[in-house]
Amino acid sequence: MEIFGVPSALFGSQLLIGLINGSFYAILSLGLAIIFGLLNIINFAHGAQYMMGAFVAWIALTKFGVNYWVALLLSPLLVGALGVLLERTMLRKLYKLDHLYGLLLTFGLALIFEGIFRDQYGISGQSYEVPELLQGGVNLGFMFMPIYRGWVVVAALAVCFGTWFMIEKTKLGAYLRAGTENPQIVQALGINVPLLITFTYGYGVALAAFAGVLAAPVYQVNPQMGSNLIIVVFAVVVIGGMGSIMGSILTGLGLGLIEGLTRVFYPPASAVVVFFIMVIVLLVRPAGLFGKAA
Amino acid sequence: MTINNNGMFARATPLLFGALFIIGLVAPFAVYPTFLMKILCFGLFACAFNLLLGFAGLLSFGHAAFLGTAGYACGMLVRDLGVTPEVGILGGTLAAAILGWVFGVLAIRRSGIYFAMITLALAQMVFFFALQWKATGGEDGLQGVPRGHLFGLIDLSNNIAMYYLVFAVFCAGFFIIHRTIHSPFGQILKAIRENEPRAVSLGYDVAKYKLLAFVLSAALAGMAGATKTLVFQLASLTDVHWHMSGEVVLMTLLGGLGTILGPLVGAGVIVSLQSELADKVGSWVTVIMGVIFVLCVLLFRRGIVGELQALIKRAGIN
Repeated sequence: MEIFGVPSALFGSQLLIGLINGSFYAILSLGLAIIFGLLNIINFAHGAQYMMGAFVAWIALTKFGVNYWVALLLSPLLVGALGVLLERTMLRKLYKLDHLYGLLLTFGLALIFEGIFRDQYGISGQSYEVPELLQGGVNLGFMFMPIYRGWVVVAALAVCFGTWFMIEKTKLGAYLRAGTENPQIVQALGINVPLLITFTYGYGVALAAFAGVLAAPVYQVNPQMGSNLIIVVFAVVVIGGMGSIMGSILTGLGLGLIEGLTRVFYPPASAVVVFFIMVIVLLVRPAGLFGKAA
Repeated sequence: MTINNNGMFARATPLLFGALFIIGLVAPFAVYPTFLMKILCFGLFACAFNLLLGFAGLLSFGHAAFLGTAGYACGMLVRDLGVTPEVGILGGTLAAAILGWVFGVLAIRRSGIYFAMITLALAQMVFFFALQWKATGGEDGLQGVPRGHLFGLIDLSNNIAMYYLVFAVFCAGFFIIHRTIHSPFGQILKAIRENEPRAVSLGYDVAKYKLLAFVLSAALAGMAGATKTLVFQLASLTDVHWHMSGEVVLMTLLGGLGTILGPLVGAGVIVSLQSELADKVGSWVTVIMGVIFVLCVLLFRRGIVGELQALIKRAGIN
């Protein structure tokens, strides 16, 4: 069976990889958007925190024999707690300054994290075994799908939509949205905005770490896995605009798929296709697909 | 982002510049010239970056693209087409200016945080081109670029001769930046940085000024990159990598954002640190750079030169 002259198995597997990448773009750009909404900071350390999520899972497994399912919960909690600490001790001091200082501070933090892990574990990747329950694959007729890869997409989508639900439909989400619009008034209404900010940063960071654990069995766990990803995610954020939660999710998934398709038809362009789309979006619709006009 | 400007310094600067110029002339006889050339190249790079961030308030996170592209262009011109070094430098500068125009047209459509992310993403695109295109040598880079003869006459394989060329290039770039900052154009840039809506309401075509500043900064960064390729006879992926874009931000921030000499001081400190630490601490260099970044942002936002100026000002008042 062939699709556009490409064997369907190749087509399907590249599309699946695209969908997986897209899931990671979605989780990470979602986290960036939530943090930006309330803190007005672009979290450059997001990629490093994703990397740390993967490393915590790997260390937990190899050093302490903690299995995948526990790590899936434990790693976001630990890395999220580190995020809370960073917000309380450092980011907090920058809210009154130009937004660019937040970008610079988190860039410095990203360098620190990446450097420490590179010193400890080198640049070669560590492999993380797929948990027993999710090993093997199913034959879908037109392609063979490893079960773990299907799980990544399902888990990522569940977390994304769970987050969307929490922000759009719950009371806590309503506080958060109100805080994004006007923190002073929300504070005046008796809601603890500084605590809300800390929680939001911690949650955004935990999302990144969660994506890292999901990624660990798919890619090699290595110190640079986050920094290459985060630049693409920045482009995703520019394309989608950070105004809408659902927009971030859809843009992330869509761009992952486009990247997968590019890998089928013209592999050399797959590394730059997202940037190229960013250029077109900037020319046609500078505010981003889901963004409000600046 | 703040800027330090004071009448007292305006009077002291010609003296200071004169003294620095003389130091620059005699320095290669006291210090290893290659080391000095590296500082001057990165100093010019950081000064060019500072023109954009410190005076126009635009944070570009993709300036490595200009440094690297100019380096590759100069390397190809000199090595593969056999042109003389000065033509190579001009060619590299021109390539960076054209690329800067393309980046600028796209990036100034957004501002603030988005501006930084767009320039970073565009620079990453350039990185992938440099990685995949055969002519740039991919992972190996462009090796064995000859220094050649300046104007076909002066042999630049002599380190002292090469130093004076680099020094001349630096002084030319520095002079252009100095003149730009103190020109009416520079004043309008500052006005845009301080209050963009007001600049618009006064009738200035803000986008045009931003674009011009961007192209100028890119061209000067390219001039530094092209010169650097001649010094080290190499253009490599390191120069287009986003780490380099971060490094130039760090140099400028550490030296003093929006001060005229700060970026040079910052470049000097960072280049010295890197060459001192490289063989002692290995991959901890990245961690140390990160720590300096964090400290600068949290405690030391005026940078070295900015703090010094504030100190002198306070002493003057008392």
